[in-house]
Amino acid sequence: MTLSSLTLPYAASLRRLFGNRAILAGAIILAAVVLAALLAPWIAPYAPNKLSIVNKLKGPSLSHIFGTDEFGRDIFSRAIFAGRASLLVSLGVVCISTVLGIVLGVAAGYFRRLDAPISRLLDAMMSFPDILLAIALVAALGPSLATVILALGITYAPRLARIVRGSTLVLRELPYIEAAVAMGLPTWQILTRHVLLNLASPILVQATFVFASAMLAEASLSFLGVGVSADMPTWGTMLASGREYMNNAPWLMVFPGLAIVFSVLSLQLLGDGLRDLVDPRLAKES
Amino acid sequence: MAPVLAIENLTTSFKTAEGWRAVIRDISLSVNAGETVAIVGESGSGKSVTALSALRLLPSGKARCEGRILLEGKDLLKASEAEMRSVRGGSIGMIFQEPMTSLNPVFTIGNQIAEALVIHQHLSWSAAEAEAVRLMERVRIPAAKARLNEYPHKFSGGMRQRVMIAMALACRPKLLIADEPTTALDVTIQAEILYLIRELQREENMGVLFITHDMGVVAEVADRTVVMFRGDMIESGPTGQIFAAPKEVYTKSLLASIPRLGTMGEAKAPRRFPEVDAKTGEAVDGREMEDVAQTSAPILKVANLAVRFDAPNGRVHAVEDVSFDLKPGETLSLVGESGCGKSTTGRAVLRLVNASAGSVVIDGQDVASAGTKELRAIRRHAQMIFQDPFASLNPRITIGSAIAEPMLSHGLAGKREARERVAALLEQVGLSGAVADRYPHEFSGGQRQRISIARALALEPKLIVADEAVSALDVSVKAQVSNLLLDLQEKHGLSYLFISHDMAVVERMSHRVAVMYLGEIVEIGPRAAIFDNPQHPYTRRLISAVPIPDPSRRAMARPLLSEEIKSPLRPFDYVPPKRTYQEVSPGHFVQDTASAWDERLTA
Repeated sequence: MTLSSLTLPYAASLRRLFGNRAILAGAIILAAVVLAALLAPWIAPYAPNKLSIVNKLKGPSLSHIFGTDEFGRDIFSRAIFAGRASLLVSLGVVCISTVLGIVLGVAAGYFRRLDAPISRLLDAMMSFPDILLAIALVAALGPSLATVILALGITYAPRLARIVRGSTLVLRELPYIEAAVAMGLPTWQILTRHVLLNLASPILVQATFVFASAMLAEASLSFLGVGVSADMPTWGTMLASGREYMNNAPWLMVFPGLAIVFSVLSLQLLGDGLRDLVDPRLAKES
Repeated sequence: MAPVLAIENLTTSFKTAEGWRAVIRDISLSVNAGETVAIVGESGSGKSVTALSALRLLPSGKARCEGRILLEGKDLLKASEAEMRSVRGGSIGMIFQEPMTSLNPVFTIGNQIAEALVIHQHLSWSAAEAEAVRLMERVRIPAAKARLNEYPHKFSGGMRQRVMIAMALACRPKLLIADEPTTALDVTIQAEILYLIRELQREENMGVLFITHDMGVVAEVADRTVVMFRGDMIESGPTGQIFAAPKEVYTKSLLASIPRLGTMGEAKAPRRFPEVDAKTGEAVDGREMEDVAQTSAPILKVANLAVRFDAPNGRVHAVEDVSFDLKPGETLSLVGESGCGKSTTGRAVLRLVNASAGSVVIDGQDVASAGTKELRAIRRHAQMIFQDPFASLNPRITIGSAIAEPMLSHGLAGKREARERVAALLEQVGLSGAVADRYPHEFSGGQRQRISIARALALEPKLIVADEAVSALDVSVKAQVSNLLLDLQEKHGLSYLFISHDMAVVERMSHRVAVMYLGEIVEIGPRAAIFDNPQHPYTRRLISAVPIPDPSRRAMARPLLSEEIKSPLRPFDYVPPKRTYQEVSPGHFVQDTASAWDERLTA
């Protein structure tokens, strides 16, 4: 049965979803990365932390397709396992910062009285360099995977909040919002239906940026020793430790780097495609 | 003598996904020195594209022009980009529609006028500035020398348009292209700007290519007229002939749809606009509506309403001491020019802005003191229709869902019932019930306004505040939507607070009219009394400024008033004076003009 012969109620939406090339490409890459991370114990040819000093710093070969690191650990296996922590951190950060950002941004943009206090809070948070703020938060909460996610989530929330606030300020002056007020709709309904729906594009775009930034920030935190524990590989920590051998063993950085590039790329493709898809004005006649 | 501009067989195409698509086809027209040629048409007719093609202002990769555009015999389509730069602003001057955004806010007025002179005529800056003063005097900007170093924000819309004209004239162009130059302006200002363009044309012996959608303006200014429709030139000829004996069906129906002042006959109640037969172009004048206005207690009572905003440099008295009431089934129109407070009054009635003083009572309930719950209940009975049909519908929600939303939210219907009601409402406003699943962008402006009306009707309101509800629509659509509003009033006994600047529409729609100026009502009374016997000098000025769509009645010598509507911005300690009103005839009240009004109007 082909897609076009589907007669389920959502067949049309499905066709629209996968008819979009950006979404299709993004979804395939992301699915591959996520599946690899989920099925790591079955896919990875070696245990991620298995040392083999004899094999240290070997280039890519048939037995170690991505090569080995300075302790002779298999980079392919490590990269697959690292995907688990890296993806978890990034997705967690995106979720936390998006939720925080929407709540703060919509509140500041829609309710005039809350604008000044919330905006000053955001200014204060943004006046710290991202990493410094994250380090301070992790230090305060104690280092662990959960606190890294929480700390980065809070760190990136102002970015989203700023954008959401700006878009909300524009939206609240539009006649259709005023029309909704004039119809006597309750405020929560105006916010969830009319405001939030129209915020989808800027939020999706910004969220993909946060996803990428979070992946790198997690690496910086781990590098500085306040991130996830050392025995849990992440793409960030692999990049950080591979840096010293960049000149004579570039594969240490190339493969985890590619993993980051592909997962960020897939998300941006998805975000781009979804943005077009949720905007009925850009929908193509099928 | 050869014409200044001759367009021969011009076809302009835009690149689309499916290839080149012609947006204007085979246009031929010419403009002689000292002559005004108007291109008239509704939105999407290709009139602006024609002008932009002539200046080669369309993006080169996306648009393609075929044919010939001869400026004094030289083909502009073959000219190099450098040659075109000397033509634009040099031999051809251009004025645009939106004066508020066509001046750069960070340069002084003098600087912007002088710039063209420095570039095109290689004057020194000091010589150019001296010339700029002369130009500003020519476009009748008072105290030109003093205002040379002021920034655009200190100029009103009409004054900015004068500056734009001064800039367009700076290099003594052979041809002036004016693209809807008065559309964004109030009628009284429009009259002055049209007069100014005509005077300057006579002095300079320029050709003028005048683009407009307004047949009234065409009748005022044009020697010859070109009618366009969907990219085709339908008809062209001397303006008098076009108006008196149009040949084509489209021209006939366009002329028949124009709202005209003074066509009410003996009607007491509102009267429908003429119905135009699209096949023959023949028009049948609309019937007088059945008068559903009741004499019972008013549905809306506004007493001593004031809305004031604090600005950094003073207080804006947007609405001051406004009182009126509205009976069930009645239409009261608020008329006046931009900034007169008519929209703010309408919004204060529904408490979309908070009143600073006074009271608004809808159906016995005080709006100002209502809590959240009471306010929701009041808003069920009082709805609003907005001006911009493109912005008043949420682009991400299907129209069916948008219409159903208030019913569901107020618990008036379940989901299934709401769907049926939506279909019924859509049919009531002349659309098919089957379009409920579409999004707003799939509809035209007139259709969207119908959807907005359906949404407003969903709650079965008693009062509708219509804020410039038909102003943004093309003439033929304007008449249809106005007729729809009249029919709905007759059927449901609705009360309308009809806010508009368009006197011809107001005359047809209203039972009573209130004229506003600087936040106050200067005259209020039955429609016939206001239009046939206007008492206040401002009312008279407003009515006489409306362009008459009849070239044989062209008002040749208009008094040129340099005075414009002033800002209601006052010092913080300003106390508005107490106004008194005279009753001229039953129900017809006029503000006493013995007070400060005289000096304001005749200054």
